[in-house]
Amino acid sequence: MNYVSQILPSLISGTGTTLSIFFWTLIISVPLGILVGLGMITNFKPLTWLIDVYVWLMRGTPLLLQLIFVFYGLPIVGIVFQRYDAALFAFILNYTAYFAEIFRGGLQAIPVGQYESARVLRLTNWQTLRKIVIPQVVKIVLPSIGNEVINLIKDSSLVYVIGLGDLLRAGNVAMARDVTLVPMVLVAVIYLLLTAVCTVVLKRLEKHYSAWR
Amino acid sequence: MLELKNITKRFAGKLILDGVNLTVNDGQILTIVGPSGAGKTTLLRCISGLEETDSGDFFLDGQPFNPVTNRNNDTVIGVVFQDFQLFPNLTVLQNVTLAPTMVLKQSKAEAEATAQRLLKQLNLDGKADLYPYELSGGQKQRVAIVRALAMRPKLLCYDEPTSALDPDLRKEVEEIILKLKAEGMTQIVVTHDIPFAESIADQMLRVEAKS
Repeated sequence: MNYVSQILPSLISGTGTTLSIFFWTLIISVPLGILVGLGMITNFKPLTWLIDVYVWLMRGTPLLLQLIFVFYGLPIVGIVFQRYDAALFAFILNYTAYFAEIFRGGLQAIPVGQYESARVLRLTNWQTLRKIVIPQVVKIVLPSIGNEVINLIKDSSLVYVIGLGDLLRAGNVAMARDVTLVPMVLVAVIYLLLTAVCTVVLKRLEKHYSAWR
Repeated sequence: MLELKNITKRFAGKLILDGVNLTVNDGQILTIVGPSGAGKTTLLRCISGLEETDSGDFFLDGQPFNPVTNRNNDTVIGVVFQDFQLFPNLTVLQNVTLAPTMVLKQSKAEAEATAQRLLKQLNLDGKADLYPYELSGGQKQRVAIVRALAMRPKLLCYDEPTSALDPDLRKEVEEIILKLKAEGMTQIVVTHDIPFAESIADQMLRVEAKS
């Protein structure tokens, strides 16, 4: 117990980094994902082609590689990121691609009749999107988004590769120094707590959206 | 009064509407009948501005107008879709008040008062806070009618109003349409149900399938 209280502060500090990557990625990639998802269903071919290539790159290569590329590769062409910014940039690019695909599916599930009925009521495209389409899309995509959210918490551990001190790294350091598995058990417990909180929040959200069908 | 002159519409080269002429007088009911695939729904979609015509003219009270681009003036045409297309994420009241508040800039109180009055008129009192999935087919249709009426259209169009309902509800639809007529509403009803059309029509337009 004494040992636990000794290493806990460093683990909690690592959790801070993990949560900060998690929150900012989520807050930025979800709206971006909606925009890119909308871009995918337009009839403007150059745009959809560009997005297709982007999504292919992001989903077709490991996130770990993307992190290495952003932090160690981009400086070669003169784009230098701080460690944390590099991590955030790579995560946002990667997760936006996944969210965009999810939102595209959701957007395509809305019947044309909903747009037409909004149109004859003379709602603008923006009003239609905001009041009618997006609420329905959110309900449809919530379970898939939930999956990605849980993944994101755990994926954030990949930032160790560019030397950021996240939760897993903090545990790793303690484990190597003290030659014991206890830190890793604690790290696992903290990850489980974080995902449990996410699961509860997602369940609440789904319940909120179950008021209508 | 709505007039259509020589309306033509093709889909992928196939002629669907071939020089349609019609006149609907104020307060009257025009029914458009004909077999499936004859272009009844296409005609209605052209009138309601959901489909561009290839040629021909529309006149409203003698003035030319274009249903597709007529987006910023008064509401000319209200539409009750075959499958109603209520917004599932909004309650009955929100379905009805959304467009009046956002488009006509009515205050919430004003829009809700109008909505409640119309809902009561169509026997929907007590349903305001329900979501569409909690309604029967006939109730959904009446909400769709109320939603269209709340925009104060000059003309109300129905696409196959009896086809998604139980046969015994046909009489009910008929009564609603005639009741709105008594209040002065001009209406166009597309249907393949000839007896129904005959019982409500002041005027019937038959469209034939093109070979």
